[in-house]
Amino acid sequence: MEIRQIATLAGKEFWDRIRNRWVLAVALVFTVFALVIAYFGGAQQGTVGFRSIEFTIASLVSLVIYLVPLIALVLGFDAIVGERERGSLDLLLSMPITRFELLLGKYLGLAAALAFSTIAGFGLVAVVLSAQLDLVALMHFVGFMISSVLLGLAFLSLAVMVSVFAADRTRASGMAIALWFFFVLVFDLLLLGGLVVTGGKYGGDIFPYLLLLNPADVFRILNIFTLDDVRTLYGLATVFPRALAEPWLLGLVMAAWIAAPLGVAAWRFRK
Amino acid sequence: MADTSPAPAERSTPVIAVRGATRHYGAVRAVDGVDLEVAPGELFGLIGHNGAGKSTLFKMMLGLIPASAGDIRIDGSPVTGSGFRAVRRKIGYLPENVVLYDNLTGLETLEFFARLKGAPASECGPALERVGLTSAARRRVREYSKGMRQRLGFAQALLGRPRILFLDEPTTGLDPEAIREFYVILRGLKADGVTMILTSHILAEIQERVDRLAIMAAGKIQAVGTVQDLREQMDLPLWFRVRLAHEDFHHVRAVLGGLPVLAIEAREDHVAVECQRESKMVVMQALASLGDKVLDLHVHEPSLEDVFFGFSD
Repeated sequence: MEIRQIATLAGKEFWDRIRNRWVLAVALVFTVFALVIAYFGGAQQGTVGFRSIEFTIASLVSLVIYLVPLIALVLGFDAIVGERERGSLDLLLSMPITRFELLLGKYLGLAAALAFSTIAGFGLVAVVLSAQLDLVALMHFVGFMISSVLLGLAFLSLAVMVSVFAADRTRASGMAIALWFFFVLVFDLLLLGGLVVTGGKYGGDIFPYLLLLNPADVFRILNIFTLDDVRTLYGLATVFPRALAEPWLLGLVMAAWIAAPLGVAAWRFRK
Repeated sequence: MADTSPAPAERSTPVIAVRGATRHYGAVRAVDGVDLEVAPGELFGLIGHNGAGKSTLFKMMLGLIPASAGDIRIDGSPVTGSGFRAVRRKIGYLPENVVLYDNLTGLETLEFFARLKGAPASECGPALERVGLTSAARRRVREYSKGMRQRLGFAQALLGRPRILFLDEPTTGLDPEAIREFYVILRGLKADGVTMILTSHILAEIQERVDRLAIMAAGKIQAVGTVQDLREQMDLPLWFRVRLAHEDFHHVRAVLGGLPVLAIEAREDHVAVECQRESKMVVMQALASLGDKVLDLHVHEPSLEDVFFGFSD
């Protein structure tokens, strides 16, 4: 594996996203949404204005769970199939690079663009709110940003996997949307449905582990169960074992969610 | 098939050596047991109709499509496997209907590929100049015409000073002047000892320009050799176009009577005489005996097109 080749490929993907203002647009979306939530998130309760970092993060988590997977999937779904469909893949593969280097380079470049816009977008919010944040709150917010980046990277990995499997861009976009529906909307309903149908008799024990099968849930747990104030706000607190709610453990699960789809993509793309 | 040309292949190791290369797609044999050798410094043409298997064979030689069977070596090494990087650094490839990145400028495109090939960025400017794109260097590829894209694709293939060039339909989209310039560049590369293989379906364009060529049809190499070899292998008739001083058709017919002539036809202002290659000199002598009754005499060799259609039918 040659790092230089990976860096060249990654650099192209990253600068393409900077130049076409993708990074700027996504960062702005994050900033605007986050500020609106921070200031108007409590409007239903009759209060307007920044309340606490815990409330803000709890609201932002809901936003990020919808938005970040969607953005990541849209960013990556045509990484390989797009090149193949346009007809530029053969030329790339005739270069002195391996197929794995091409895949990894593309992934890392897109990942850098996504991470950069996430950190820039939410980082700007942290700057705006900094007067109202103490160090602990700031650490919470940084944790939230890091987990948002990890969530994005996991879905980007899924997107790149789709881009390797799909026969054309149209199918790839369909598969990407289907993944979003499944992980963001359907998965939790299925679990909940399962619990209701069995009257809670079965599955209660494995329920927390099943949540780990969805990167969006891992992200939610990571942010909610590591914040004491917030945990009590959520009914799930009674379901989820403390032992699993270790940030490092959940971080590892997230890392697996990043590595596994990429691994499958590399296996499929090798020939 | 015996190669009657004095191909340097016999004296030195071939740069491109393909043995029994086969590629199936289900029951379809896109490439079917191809043997091919290209000698160092040779300019080799691969012709065939669309769907003959040229591009598939090309991609197999480049390691882009794995062979179902057979062995392909470029400069003595397999294109895939551990040494592939070193092999690929010696290769320049211009794909058919090359697609580059619309959002990059011409110069940025070359800089990107130069980095991947490990070529110095200082090669990019001269490469653009070589294909006549210096003035468009800082324009985005989006604004390029088809011909300009093709030229940029060619410049890309020249990066890293490749020793072997694979050019798939390289002159598609080029105007006649650009085609002429393209072959001037190829001649320069040939003088530097670069080995080149190019595909085309425009026979007239490559027949006078390549050292040897192979005719491909239905996934197989039907014939290989110099243009002259191929004509001889096919044994296609040639014909004389004879312009006479007077309307003396019957006299010609009398002179040629008894000779192995296939056809004699009176046309508008000349007489057409068709014969087999081996009778060429006999017929010519008979026509010469007509003395000043003949105003003009042309020998028409079968065109490569005749040869080509003969093989691919």
